[in-house]
Amino acid sequence: MPGSASYAILLLGTLLEALVVVCAVRRKVLKKYFVLNLYMLLCVFVSLGRYHILTHDGGVKSITYRYFYFYSDALLTIILYFGLISLYISVFEEMKVERYLRMGAIVLLAGTSWFSYAVVSQSSHRMLTYFAFELSQNLYFVGLILTYVLWAAVLKMRHTQALLVQLVLSLGIYFSAYAASYSLSNLHPTLYSYVAYMVPVIGCLLPLSWAYAFWRVPDEARLSPQRLAMAGSR
Amino acid sequence: MMAAIILVCSVAFFLQFFVPYCRSLIASSAEHMLSAEVQDVTGIRTQAAGDDFARVMQLLMLCPDRPEDRGEIRAVGMYFRLLNVVKTAARRLTPSVLAWAERERGRCTYFAAVALDRRVAFSRDLLAQQIEA
Repeated sequence: MPGSASYAILLLGTLLEALVVVCAVRRKVLKKYFVLNLYMLLCVFVSLGRYHILTHDGGVKSITYRYFYFYSDALLTIILYFGLISLYISVFEEMKVERYLRMGAIVLLAGTSWFSYAVVSQSSHRMLTYFAFELSQNLYFVGLILTYVLWAAVLKMRHTQALLVQLVLSLGIYFSAYAASYSLSNLHPTLYSYVAYMVPVIGCLLPLSWAYAFWRVPDEARLSPQRLAMAGSR
Repeated sequence: MMAAIILVCSVAFFLQFFVPYCRSLIASSAEHMLSAEVQDVTGIRTQAAGDDFARVMQLLMLCPDRPEDRGEIRAVGMYFRLLNVVKTAARRLTPSVLAWAERERGRCTYFAAVALDRRVAFSRDLLAQQIEA
């Protein structure tokens, strides 16, 4: 069974995820950022499911928990991937390229799935579970690259909507922190126990920053992204 | 080897996102004019020095907590510590980075002063409500 700290982090994360949806409803931006809010809502249900399994089905080491964890994580990652694509659609709204973006996103998802399958099919007996894990990991990496490209596009196109800028930057922080923690545990397996605690904390960062953005940043607020980039110092 | 490359890249990506994110939090306070009281207490008028950050944070901690700004103060505090590391590292290498880090530290201080201003106003409102009740 995980300690009380893990339960506290799980509870905090769940509350923050629910808060994102509440803030989006209050600010009347639920429809505008529907996929992001759908992701947060699903996160709440998945967290409740995980809590139920932790308390009723043998805890974190049970097979049920592991299966539920990996499958739900893969599902959430796919939804988050489409959430990221919805941010692309918002940024490129004026260019009327929504159809191409959707097609590109599906092709990229299919390509990532195929790559994950190719990796797993060579080395695994329990293919479906490993496929879910591999797909999830690869999509995190693809998400990180896509977020970086999106941030570059925001800078290049001088997109000034403060809310959108904060949502994109939060997503970038989340993906890169995840990637750093996973690669750290691969590099030094002895650090795995620390990383295992870091991952849920990182998981709280995204709902925290999105809740803050929906709560505090008005939809009509504007800022200059060029002034935020590291190179633009003044 | 691959994990090391991914680690370096992801830390670089993290900084590329974290720095603009913190600057976006600070940007909202840049337009805020400090009240006369906070100007007197902190000695900050329109520009702040990075070295005053710790002092302003101490004053901030004396005020009643506002849940709304807790997260952003923590994020800017982390950013300030990161800037201290950059400043120390850049001192001997690149003066331009050193100047940039110093400017950013000043902005962090101004952000803390604005947070202090808001907390003072918040406390005053609380007190007024208590007196009315």
